[in-house]
Amino acid sequence: MAVPSNIETTFLLGRLDWNAIPQDPIVWATGVVVVIGGAGLLWMLHKYRLWSYLWHEWFTTVDHKKIGIMYVVLALVMFVRGFADAIMMRLQQAIAFGGSEGYLNSHHYDQIFSAHGVIMIFFVAMPFVTGLMNYVVPLQIGARDVSFPFLNNLSFWMTVGGAVLTMASLFVGEFAQTGWLAFPPLSGLGSSPYVGVDYYIWGLQVAGVGTTLSGINLLVTIIKMRAPGMTMMRMPIFTWTSLCTNILIVASFPVLTATLVLLTLDRYVGTNFFTNDLGGNAMMYVNLIWIWGHPEVYILILPLFGVYSEVVATFTGKRLFGYTSMVYATVCITILSYLVWLHHFFTMGSGASVNSFFGITTMIISVPTGAKIFNWLFTMYRSRIRFELPMMWTIAFMLTFVIGGMTGVLLAVPPADFVLHNSLFLVAHFHNVIIGGVLFGLFAAVYYWWPKAFGFRLDPWWGKVSFWFWVVGFWVAFAPLYILGLMGVTRRVRVFDDPSLQIWFVIAAFGAVLIAIGIAAMFIQFGVSIARRDQLRDETGDPWDGRTLEWATSSPPPAYNFAFTPVSHGLDTWWDMKRYGQTRPRATYVPIHMPRNTGTGVIIAGLSTICGFALVWYIWWLAALSFAGIVIASIIHTFNYARDYHIPAEEVRATEDARDRQLASAGV
Amino acid sequence: MASIEAQGDKHRAERHAERHGDHHDDGHDHGSVRSYLTGFVLSVILTAIPFAIVMAGGFESRFLTAAVVVGMAIVQILVHMVYFLHMNTRSDEGWTMMALIFTVVILVIVLAGSLWVMFNMNTNMMPQMNHEALGLGS
Repeated sequence: MAVPSNIETTFLLGRLDWNAIPQDPIVWATGVVVVIGGAGLLWMLHKYRLWSYLWHEWFTTVDHKKIGIMYVVLALVMFVRGFADAIMMRLQQAIAFGGSEGYLNSHHYDQIFSAHGVIMIFFVAMPFVTGLMNYVVPLQIGARDVSFPFLNNLSFWMTVGGAVLTMASLFVGEFAQTGWLAFPPLSGLGSSPYVGVDYYIWGLQVAGVGTTLSGINLLVTIIKMRAPGMTMMRMPIFTWTSLCTNILIVASFPVLTATLVLLTLDRYVGTNFFTNDLGGNAMMYVNLIWIWGHPEVYILILPLFGVYSEVVATFTGKRLFGYTSMVYATVCITILSYLVWLHHFFTMGSGASVNSFFGITTMIISVPTGAKIFNWLFTMYRSRIRFELPMMWTIAFMLTFVIGGMTGVLLAVPPADFVLHNSLFLVAHFHNVIIGGVLFGLFAAVYYWWPKAFGFRLDPWWGKVSFWFWVVGFWVAFAPLYILGLMGVTRRVRVFDDPSLQIWFVIAAFGAVLIAIGIAAMFIQFGVSIARRDQLRDETGDPWDGRTLEWATSSPPPAYNFAFTPVSHGLDTWWDMKRYGQTRPRATYVPIHMPRNTGTGVIIAGLSTICGFALVWYIWWLAALSFAGIVIASIIHTFNYARDYHIPAEEVRATEDARDRQLASAGV
Repeated sequence: MASIEAQGDKHRAERHAERHGDHHDDGHDHGSVRSYLTGFVLSVILTAIPFAIVMAGGFESRFLTAAVVVGMAIVQILVHMVYFLHMNTRSDEGWTMMALIFTVVILVIVLAGSLWVMFNMNTNMMPQMNHEALGLGS
């Protein structure tokens, strides 16, 4: 391989040596905390003999429900890391005035804003959304699992592998200092010779395999495994938006993969796709990565539009207003999301014709989005709304997201964008839509489906504490950034000269503290609810008086989800069943055919992570060996014929009888 | 996994039974010797024509030659998809056709869009460099 000749490598360890350990007290302290905490966790697992339980019940599982929960756990863990980065940035920018350098050097600060973006998008929002779809979609369509249960397990562990590589960069080497999309020529070998960008590339490539496979999996599941009678126009809205999101994943993630492969070739074998000379064109990278990047933001938001639709319909006790228009709006957004990518680089030098075309398409995309907002409003109009937590998050979303959407339309005007491009106004805008849209929706979804997943509700008091700190904290943290952006402050700046700006950064930092309290309240809420789970127990399986099929089964659902495949006769299948007084089928139970757990996913993903690590450090023998291991493990798995088993009819009967008794005691 | 497939098969079989009871129940068209041969012969013809045109020196206009060759190539792609990949509007309840149409739409958007964007940028950004090359820039 054409490794640049000025980098010293050894055969055994490539370019990995003691210098790879960062010489930074902050990183050292973090490292010590992580080592102590990790050792404590491992000791607890050992003491309570949980290894076997974790391995057999969780790590090797092919149950879509458990995989969904593991995705959300991964997202929450990475969320803490990403938020730690955020609060470090806010603190740095609040104090680096009047000759002060702050407390972060530029090398560290640049890594922090890059890692913050990468982690929040790829390892928080994506796994959170994927976990949600994994958990809910098969239940909503009356299926027993996804189409390819093993692939589902593998996808999850590949995502974990990418996250592990990104986290490892904190303690071994460095992360990219290029921003979250690693534009060349800055991300080229000339400007970024060390391992930061390589961690970025291989972390995303390993996780990207998981995302693409899970996209294919859920797409096939929705198309092929719907309950009898559930035609496309009878699917719950969340399933519809998940379908569109997975279409976007399958169609756009290969573009990201290919773009990163070209960058990899530039960095590893000396090609010149994106270099400044020898015919390379760095603008092509920007063009390609945004062809993935714009659909990506709709990949994130669409499922949450589905969540809001489910929540609004449930808590108003009404059929969703304009179901058909909601479906068409979602499909329109799916197509339109491919026609707007250039609005991310209006300033790169395209002519007026190109800029106006993409400016207009961007404004058009707000039309179907606006239609959705009106549908939710008309559903709520003159209904008796129950203000439970999911509904509160939905209202907060509607207020916040509409403002974020309007600043987005401002940015879509090319002349305005020339002033606002790369400013803090942009930063405020995309946090406004991603926090106000995606994150608020994820919280609504967690509170909404938690009783289904665990059999008890979340404590509402701590939930409300979290809600108010989050919503107020969000506005305190990001309104100042809008103002600073309008004053012309650019993003990713480490120190400031103009003392008049400081007050705004201090306010923003205070907002970040409020958000931190909101996050802490959320975790306290989880803890309190687990401790009080007996008072919060949901016996009925339908705590919110729901409308869709996931509420037809018990909370938590049995491994097989439904003893008998439900039949759909219209929209809101479960609502109809309740209205027509349909009783639970108690015919002769038959053995249920289910997929068997397998450790192959963990093994292949582990080998992929090692392969990525070896490629980052130029340890070629290890890369070749682990790649061979991936191929061999995959081939061996194809010879594994013991993939399924039957849940005996007696066991199904026992489970269903217990459920009958539970329902009787709950008085249903 | 098999249970899932079994479940899926059951649904598919039910839906098939509604529409045409005699069809085999995996939702795919496997073709016949006849259709494969038709595809093969068509492919040979569609390869031979452009080959002959180019070997004979092509038409007067280069553009016409290129257009005919590319046109034949596109027709051949369609032949492959219909006769070898069994693309039709029926298999998998029309989903394969739907997926194809979506793919073509996205590909056209991405390719045409990228070419337009990049050419536009080159025209806007490059003249300056030519000035410099000619010593007129300073």
